[in-house]
Amino acid sequence: MGPQHPSTHGVFRMILTLDGETVVDLKPMFGYLHRGLEKTSEERTYLQAVPFTDRLDYICSMTNNFAYAVAVERLADIEVPPRAEYIRVIMGELTRLINHMLGIGFLFNELGAWYTPVVYAFRERERIMDLFEMASGSRMMCNYIRPGGVAADLPEEFLPHLKKLIPHLKRFVAEIRFYLSENEIFRARSVGVGFLPADMAVANSITGPVLRASGVTYDVRRAEPYSIYDEFEFDIPTQVEGDVYARYAQRLDEMDESLKILSQAVERLPDGEYTSKVPSRLRPPKGESYARIEAPKGELGFYLVSDGSPNPYRWRNRPPSLINLSALREMCLGHKVADVVVIYGSIDVTLADIDR
Amino acid sequence: MQILENLWIDIAQWIRGLFDSFLPQWAAQLVMDVLGILLLIVIGIVAVLAFTYMERKVIARVGDRIGPNRAGPLGIFQAIADAIKMLTKEDVTPTNADRWMFLAAPILIIIPAVLLYAVLPFGRGMVGVDVNIAVVFVVALGAIPILSMLMAGWASDNKYALLGAFRTVAQLLSYEIPMAIALLTVVLLAGTMSTVGIVGAQSSIPFILVTPAAFLVYFLAGLAELNRTPFDLLEADSEIVAGYFIEYSGMKFAMFFLAEFINFFMMAGMITTLFLGGWQWPILPSWLWFLIKTIAVIFVIMWIRDTVPRIRIDQMLSFAWKALVPVALANLFLVAFIAKLLEPGWLRTVAAFGSNIVLIGIALLLLGRASRRRKERAREAGEAAVKRYYASAESD
Repeated sequence: MGPQHPSTHGVFRMILTLDGETVVDLKPMFGYLHRGLEKTSEERTYLQAVPFTDRLDYICSMTNNFAYAVAVERLADIEVPPRAEYIRVIMGELTRLINHMLGIGFLFNELGAWYTPVVYAFRERERIMDLFEMASGSRMMCNYIRPGGVAADLPEEFLPHLKKLIPHLKRFVAEIRFYLSENEIFRARSVGVGFLPADMAVANSITGPVLRASGVTYDVRRAEPYSIYDEFEFDIPTQVEGDVYARYAQRLDEMDESLKILSQAVERLPDGEYTSKVPSRLRPPKGESYARIEAPKGELGFYLVSDGSPNPYRWRNRPPSLINLSALREMCLGHKVADVVVIYGSIDVTLADIDR
Repeated sequence: MQILENLWIDIAQWIRGLFDSFLPQWAAQLVMDVLGILLLIVIGIVAVLAFTYMERKVIARVGDRIGPNRAGPLGIFQAIADAIKMLTKEDVTPTNADRWMFLAAPILIIIPAVLLYAVLPFGRGMVGVDVNIAVVFVVALGAIPILSMLMAGWASDNKYALLGAFRTVAQLLSYEIPMAIALLTVVLLAGTMSTVGIVGAQSSIPFILVTPAAFLVYFLAGLAELNRTPFDLLEADSEIVAGYFIEYSGMKFAMFFLAEFINFFMMAGMITTLFLGGWQWPILPSWLWFLIKTIAVIFVIMWIRDTVPRIRIDQMLSFAWKALVPVALANLFLVAFIAKLLEPGWLRTVAAFGSNIVLIGIALLLLGRASRRRKERAREAGEAAVKRYYASAESD
């Protein structure tokens, strides 16, 4: 199956061995989209590498910027003003909403519900991307969160728009729950399909919604708070079933929590500087740093090594998409061809994030 | 009103008179037959053009979009633009294809589709041929496309096409059975196998109100025969890309497309004829009523397509054999008993309707229980795994 296939979200190849329609063996192949982003970024300065992080997981460019910025700040010991931290949290949670919407929408695409759910997801995504455009000037490749703060202050109309959007999105999540969660065909296709036991998920270092859907309460926002996440009140929802349906329900629950964080952040957004002074040719002291954040798809990490020059000596990225795929074979064995597509969709990967 | 009612028949008789004036009787009859066949084919193609446009508009509106709006006012020439595009496309034959089978499949699929129109009553006195075994004719011809789909899938020499062809055989053959049983129920009530006779038998009350279970079974089996969602496993965009016709391009692809939509119209027409009282309803002319009812059925099918996910091959088969066939059989027995015991009339209708509702209720109850049990099993497996994980984490 693949690399050119409508359900691989890019160019992913699965070598399937079938017995009739039942999957006997599965071998994932990737690398078709390799662009050498890590090496390219090592040739650039720390600031020049920010746009490359946009291109890792193009759906969640904001959280990619965020993780990279945190890594650089730890490396060079840069202070971030509180307003910038709040803006980062707002952007990060909006990105999570976008990602989970699309994840659910495309899952239904793969289930064969034509384009209807995904079109509705896209409609809501547009509203959030309008906000991104207001703040950063770009809708997808935002390049907004920079080491030291954010690229520009929020425009005046941003907050009123966001305040209006939060209840709207709450309604949207409730709408998805109402229309899709109880759908009998959806349940028949997803309950008990692609079961990932909790111990196997941890053994494969799977993170994010896929792990929490298997019943393990682990979220970097709580386990190792970065930025100002320890100041917010939110729960970490989990499911126990560990199947496709649990992953879908998990994403819905997380959207609710994101909206909670968003409304708290909007309330408390302080005035002040939006960035601290960072030289454009930043020369961090010799050393190394690792930063990880809870990206929508899982734990996103950046590992940077500096040798004191303006270019990073090593620029390494831990993509959640790639590592979450590691249990794909075990999840698919014994299921039908149609299930492979759905299980793959329920892990919610971006190929650009896998191949880098 | 009378003029409108008999519009098409009058036109036909006028043409007939025209030919009668200078041709011998048999030649005039021959010309009329050929004209009738041409007319049915043209209706088929025009219907396809209209329905592709309608389908795209309906999908768009359901998805909160606008849909085609570039070609002509409101995009009404979109279908024609598509047709021209199809005609000008390169005709590709895969290197390893079985050439003759590959060529024959699109032709073979369109013939039975068009043939079916012969027995469809479009209005009062408007039917190609009124054969007394029309229902058998429909079932028999409905099975032929399976062969050409299998040919297409096999000849394409493509893994997706082959998978699609296997699914075709499994699906279409299994759904023929509940469909035929549902048809039998209608035949039992109407006492005739002619489509004209069946419409006539519904003059007081349409069969959907007499035996809704048969209607449901026929409708669901019809969706499967048309390979529409939730039974569109044969083409399954997201799984096997396009199924059996993946390797076809240009006009050959258009043939499959045409056959699919001709069948679509035919199936909606059959549902109208068998269960919705055909062309009968007051005030408007009969052929208009037939069109309205058929288009309403088509709209419902499109609506289902846009909103419901697809089921899996094993679920599709078990649904056919474990749900539809038993319901159809039980319904056949029920209706046979009631038809034997009670004289035709209100009492019989109410008894049949009531027993059908009870039957549907029992079937839904059983299906719901199976679904809940599945959910519980999944939950138990998950809980066990979580417990296992935390136990091992503590011992470490």
